[in-house]
Amino acid sequence: MKVSALERATNYIVLVFFALVVLGPIGVIVSLAFGPQSASVAREGGGLHWENFADAWVIGRFSEYMTSSVIVALIVVVIAVTCSILAGYAFGIMRFRGSGILFALFLLGIMVPTEAFIVPLYFDMRSVGLTNTVWGVALPQAAMSIAFGTYWMRAYFRSSSLAIIEAARLDGAGSFRILCQILVPMGRPAILTLVLLTFMWTWNEFLIPLVMSPSGAVRTAPLGLAFFQGQYTQGTALLAAGAVLVALPVVIVYVFLQRHFISGMIEGAVRE
Amino acid sequence: MSSGIAPGRRATRLSGRAWVPYAYLAPALLVYGVFLLFPIARAAQFSFFDWDGIGESTFVGLDNYVRVFQDGQLLEAFGHAFVLIFFFSILPLAIGLLVAAVLNRSTVKGLGFFRTVLFLPQVIAMVVVAVAWRQIYAPDGVLNGTLRALGLGNLTRPWLGDYTFTLPAVGLVGTWVATGLVIVLMLAGMGRIPREQYEAARLDGANSVREFFAVTLPAVRGEITVALTLTIIAALKTFDLVYVTTRGGPGTSTTVPSYEIYRRAFEIGDVGLAAAVGIVLTIVVLLITTVINRIGDRS
Repeated sequence: MKVSALERATNYIVLVFFALVVLGPIGVIVSLAFGPQSASVAREGGGLHWENFADAWVIGRFSEYMTSSVIVALIVVVIAVTCSILAGYAFGIMRFRGSGILFALFLLGIMVPTEAFIVPLYFDMRSVGLTNTVWGVALPQAAMSIAFGTYWMRAYFRSSSLAIIEAARLDGAGSFRILCQILVPMGRPAILTLVLLTFMWTWNEFLIPLVMSPSGAVRTAPLGLAFFQGQYTQGTALLAAGAVLVALPVVIVYVFLQRHFISGMIEGAVRE
Repeated sequence: MSSGIAPGRRATRLSGRAWVPYAYLAPALLVYGVFLLFPIARAAQFSFFDWDGIGESTFVGLDNYVRVFQDGQLLEAFGHAFVLIFFFSILPLAIGLLVAAVLNRSTVKGLGFFRTVLFLPQVIAMVVVAVAWRQIYAPDGVLNGTLRALGLGNLTRPWLGDYTFTLPAVGLVGTWVATGLVIVLMLAGMGRIPREQYEAARLDGANSVREFFAVTLPAVRGEITVALTLTIIAALKTFDLVYVTTRGGPGTSTTVPSYEIYRRAFEIGDVGLAAAVGIVLTIVVLLITTVINRIGDRS
């Protein structure tokens, strides 16, 4: 197809326009984060105000919130990814009674919104003393990630080479050894994608930590930010700095491994 | 159903013992069952009771569901969610199709970079997005400042404090988040269309508009289905955005079902009703995604 220079120029104009639309609001919050905290600070001048981040870290207690987020994310990623690999292995490679119905149950979890079960979940967790604990915040999110993760890992195991599995089996390897020594190492890209998506969803989650820790004992970073917005009303610099801090971990990982995020979110969209 | 896994190809039994697959499933089923499946069943149960969260509960049958459809504020919240579908799904889809169709006409160098940028809003926590847009929409924020600078000072308003404009203002944040995702999806779909199909259409004398409807649109049906499913679910379960930007206000002009569930259950203490709203919302989500996927698969 012959393409005119005009067409090519149009393409770049369109792309640059949409890139600017996306980057604009991000630019606003970043520039506020580097701006002066008050009018008196503004008069002193002094370029970029890096101290905003340190101040937000301490005054906004983001050190505490980020620590909670790291702990919760670690728990969710470890539990969800381990369970998903094991369950995906069973669904993808093995034949057993009830596999169809059981898999449909897992698919249900991908589509059901959190709002469907958050209300009884809170009251039941409260009666067993799990609210306001890291586990109370983490385990429901692990359950949600297991739904997607099982679906995701099953797809990987189904695409894995049957010949290799057969060969290992003839060598006398048991199912667990085949999984650990052959399929998991071969499936590193798929597993990495799952780790990244689970980390991102957990880090960004809002409703579950909000409901599961009403006392604020386990306040994750997004929650801390929302709380800080309500509490701190002197200027916007520290709020913006806090917002940048909350977004930064996922954005950094995204910049380096964006292929995994994009392919995971697009291929992972359930189409069954 | 017992051998539902790719019959013929995946008929492997890695072990002679029948319990082995269930052992692999056990940890996932345990966590998933206790923290997701069981609470869903409990939600159905809760929805038949009147309970304030502390005292005794009384069985009220379908009363809570009747209340969902009689409570003006709840109906209004569902109405808002449907308005948000326009901003989260329909508008991004229209923009995404148009932009991807334009871009698909030739190979673009540096597309990878633009894809990374366009997808960026998807990975930023919604709370951060909401905080950023609050600053933009603030009375002395960037938007009003820009309008004044352009001599359009009479258009300025408190965007998040206006009964007419707040819901569209919140919706446009959703448009901002979703459009990049939809463009990336459509580009992936259109990139797979063989060039010959376009050449054939051109030989038949088709112009770009006819080409779009005859070749491009049918080829990306699958991607359209995925885009609509993802974005409509996001629209229907909007919570963080509303919680941080407006808390449903001004008045009740931006309430949404998720926010109402939270408010009724944990602020007002009308637990049974909140559970019923959750069940209704879930049914709406499942219905809409089923219908979209049915239509998408019919091609």
